[in-house]
Order: sequence, then C-alpha cells, then structure tokens
Amino acid sequence: MAAVQVRGRRIGSHIILSVWSILVLIPLWIMVINSFKSKLAIYRSPFGLPDQWTLDGYLSVFSRSSFPRYFFNSIAITTISIAGIIILASLAAYAIARWKSRVSTAVFLFFLAGMMIPIRIGSINLLMILRNLGLLDQLIGLLPIYIAMGMPIGVFVLTEFMRTVPPELTQSAYIDGAGDFRIFWQIVLPLTRPAMATVAIFNLVVLWNDLWFPLIFIRSESQRTLMLGVTRLFGQYQTDWTLILSTLTVATVPIVLLYVLMAKQFIAGLTAGAVKG
Amino acid sequence: MTARSFRLPRIPVWIWYMLPGLLVYTAFMAVPLFKSLQLSLYTGSGFQIDTFVGFDNYRRLLTEGEVSQRFWGAFGHTWVFFAVHMIVQNSLGLLFALLLSSEAIKGRALYRTIIFIPATLAIVVTGFLWKLLLNPQWGAVNLMLEAVGLGAFAQPWLGIEGVSLVVISLVSSWQWVGIPTMIFLSALQAISGDLFEAADIDGASSWTTFSRIKLPLIWPMMGVVAILTFTNNFNAFDVVFAMAGANGPPNYSSDILGTYFYRVGIAGEHPVGIPDMGLGAAVASIIFVVLFVGVLVMRTVFQSDGTDD
Repeated sequence: MAAVQVRGRRIGSHIILSVWSILVLIPLWIMVINSFKSKLAIYRSPFGLPDQWTLDGYLSVFSRSSFPRYFFNSIAITTISIAGIIILASLAAYAIARWKSRVSTAVFLFFLAGMMIPIRIGSINLLMILRNLGLLDQLIGLLPIYIAMGMPIGVFVLTEFMRTVPPELTQSAYIDGAGDFRIFWQIVLPLTRPAMATVAIFNLVVLWNDLWFPLIFIRSESQRTLMLGVTRLFGQYQTDWTLILSTLTVATVPIVLLYVLMAKQFIAGLTAGAVKG
Repeated sequence: MTARSFRLPRIPVWIWYMLPGLLVYTAFMAVPLFKSLQLSLYTGSGFQIDTFVGFDNYRRLLTEGEVSQRFWGAFGHTWVFFAVHMIVQNSLGLLFALLLSSEAIKGRALYRTIIFIPATLAIVVTGFLWKLLLNPQWGAVNLMLEAVGLGAFAQPWLGIEGVSLVVISLVSSWQWVGIPTMIFLSALQAISGDLFEAADIDGASSWTTFSRIKLPLIWPMMGVVAILTFTNNFNAFDVVFAMAGANGPPNYSSDILGTYFYRVGIAGEHPVGIPDMGLGAAVASIIFVVLFVGVLVMRTVFQSDGTDD
C-alpha cells in the first residue's frame, strides 16, 4: 500500500517536472529551429524541423549589420570588467579578511550595502558624471560602472572564502619572511580560485546580458553592445523572422552553452548573492 | 620641533589593499546614488539641474495632473508585477525544490539544469522571444492553443489592458523561477536526514513533515527569496521594455516604475521628448525609499516569525 503511494507520488513529480521542462525547452526550440527556416516555412510549420535548412538569417546577421562589432564590444567590455572586479575585489577582500579592526568591518558593510541597492537608481547622476568625464557614448565609459556594480558580490564572496584559508598557511609563510603581498599573491590567491569562478560567472551573466547602461549611455553604432544591438535590430527588422530569430540565437548561445557545460558552477554563482546574504 | 618628535599616525598597510576598490565603488555607485537623491530636489533643463525647488518634484509626482496619473499607474503596476512573481514564481520554485529534494526522483540533475536555463538568458532576449511567441499573427502560443482545441482562448496577449501586464509578469516568472528553486533546494538539502527518519518512524504524513519540519527550517530562506524578488522587481525594466516598449502599452497599462523612470528621467516623456532629470531623480528616490522600507519590513517579518517558540 505504502509502496504504491510512494510510486504514485514519484510519477506525479515526474509529470510536473517534465511539463515544466517542456515549457522551458519549447520556446528555445522554436527560436533555434526556426532560425534555420525561410520566412514562409516559419509561417507554414513553426514547430517541426525545417524541410530546407537555410543559413540566410545568420549570413545577414553577420554581413548586413554591425553585429560582429557588437559581439566584439560585448566580449571586450565583459572580460575587462570581470578582470577588474576580480583584481579589486580580491585585494579588498584580502585586507578585510586579514585585518581585524572596526575600519575593515565598516568597509565590509559598506560594500555589502550595495548588494541590496540597485545601482540603476543612481543613473541620472551617472549620466552627468560620464558626460563630465567625456565618456558618454563610449564603450569604455561602462567599465567603471560595471566594476562598481560587481564589487559588492565580489567582496562578499571572496572575503567569506578567504576567511576559510587556514591561518597556519599564512603564518608559516610569515616566519619564512614573506611579505603581506607575497602571501596574498602566492598563497591566498591560488587557493581562492573556486570563489573567483563564482564571482566571474555571476558577473559574466549580469554584464553580458545588461541592457540598461548601454541603452542610456550609448548611441553610436561602433560602441554598441550585443544586447543594445539586439534591441535595435528588433526594431528595424520586426517582420524578418528568420533574421530576428538568428539574432536572438546568436546572442544567447554563448552563455547557454557555457552554462550547460558548467551547470553546477553557474547555479552556485548565480545564487551566491542570495544564499548567504 | 624636529621631524623626529612629530610622528604621523601610521596608516595600516591594509588601507592600500582596499583603496582602489573603495574608490571605484564610491565614485560610481555610492556617490551617484546619494547625488541622485539630492538631485530630486532640483530642477532645470537638460544636464543643467541647478534650481532648488524643495519637494516640488515630489509634489508633481504625487498630485499633479497627468504626471501623477502616470506615476501612480506605474506604482500600482509595479506591485502587481511583484505580486505575480511572489505568487507564481516563488510557489513554483518551492514546489520544484520539494520535488527535486526527494532522492527517489531519477534525472534530478537534468531537471535542475533545464529549470535554470532561462535564468542565464538575457532579459531582452527572453522578452523578444516571448513577444514573438505571443504575436497574434504568427504566435506559437495561439497556434498551440488551436492545436489542442482551445483556439477560442487565442488572444492578442500583449494588446489587452490588464492582461498584458500579467502576461509579462508570467514570462518574467518563467525566466527567474530557477533562482528560488535553487535557493529552496539547497536549504532543503541542508536539513539532516535524521529528522525525516524520526518523523517517518513516528508515522508523520508527508503534509506533517512538510509543515512541521521543512517549512520552519526553510522559513529564513523564504525571507531571502522574498527580499530578492522584491528588490529585483521594483527595479525591473528590461522585460517590459522588450515585450511592450518604453511606454508600457496598451494605454500605459503595463507601465512600471522602471519604464516610467526611463521615460521621465532619461528618454523624455512623449510627446515632448526632453528628459526632466530632476523629476526622474525623484522617481528614483521613491524607488529607493520603497526598497529600503520594504526590505526592512520583510527582514523583521521573516526573522521574528521563523520559529514557533
């Protein structure tokens, strides 16, 4: 009797989870599969495999528009920002973890406050700051903002992690005469790699997908990021479904592919801010 | 007095480690935030916001004609947007977490991976994709309804006042449900198996196990999820922008604070097209205050009611 009940419940669970999985996968399937069809075929049979595969959408994404440029811009600003976040946040985190004082606690809390407050609220003043710095409509203008945005989560995750580094490790290095910076560079940083991955992944998804700041700061074609480009293309070619779907696919695939390859780290990274905060 | 007897206080070396990060964070996050609050008390044209007007921007938002009509509309819609996420997204998240925490379910890793995929998509991409799927001419959603004999329910989903906002909120819930799922799941997996064994021996029903063991133990995580949902949604913009546009059509019925802020402070409200930055800063400040108060309230609720004793 009980066994039957348990089995029944298990089947129920599978039904619920499968239905949701289908709801997740169908839109993505439609996006990818229709990007290989002609416009007419999309209308005729939106769900099946294409009778005739076509790369027209992809070819025009990469030739007709400045898409390669947007792509490059996004890769550049995302990687440089992440590098900046990791360098600055790990330096700060090291100091906070090692220096027991009221100042370091205050600095830590100051950084943490940023996790609750969306930086967008400061957009009006950021516009003025960038304008005064002559960085409006420049891709590079996003860099300091992205670094500032990434600091709270970076400092939080890295500090928590560095606190778990056993003090014996650093103490013996001290006795051997290593300076603070050498201990940081040669002992602590290599140990912190998993936490850095968490920070990098979190910011990768947030920054790669960011639309807000490019939208309000950037106008020029040559400075646009991928997401801003997607927005503009969508407005321009509303009815060219093949092109639109190819664009969306291209914008999505890099991150989703990375995610599928490293699902565990991604889930850890993207929920990191929440779980302990 | 010689230089010798006059000793500067030694600055701990740690300051230098913190300084670069602190500088960038302060200059590009803390200061802009504070300055934007301050700007809400000023008015002017373009980037020249230097006439002090006290709380006049707030008065306009809260009471003056069309400005306040739009503001209160957006304010109310933001709560609806938030409520749909709280109810749909977080209940589904809890349900999925409960199902996935049972070790008897095969393929857990696969389900988990799939549920989380949308959270890695750009919000704009999700928005555009669903906009296509919901399109009344081609939209896959209506075609599917027809295919299963529910063609009568086919709608121009994003064109109906009142419906469009809910549909957009549901799409956004579809995207983010993986986050509460994973948070609840990790909380459930942290519960010691002994507790369930003991409950089993005592003959507790699965409802009793849920309400007496799981729920109290994951209650603090509910607080985390609620706060996260709240801050993310009061700050939302992209999904409405992608699916409906900056004006929150039809007839401003899907306008939320994020899109209103964008129109007023950055793009310029139709038909004038010139941003009113002081007014925009006032909208931002109100978002900030609501967030601040909301988070404080939720923290106390979820901290105090967490335990029975």
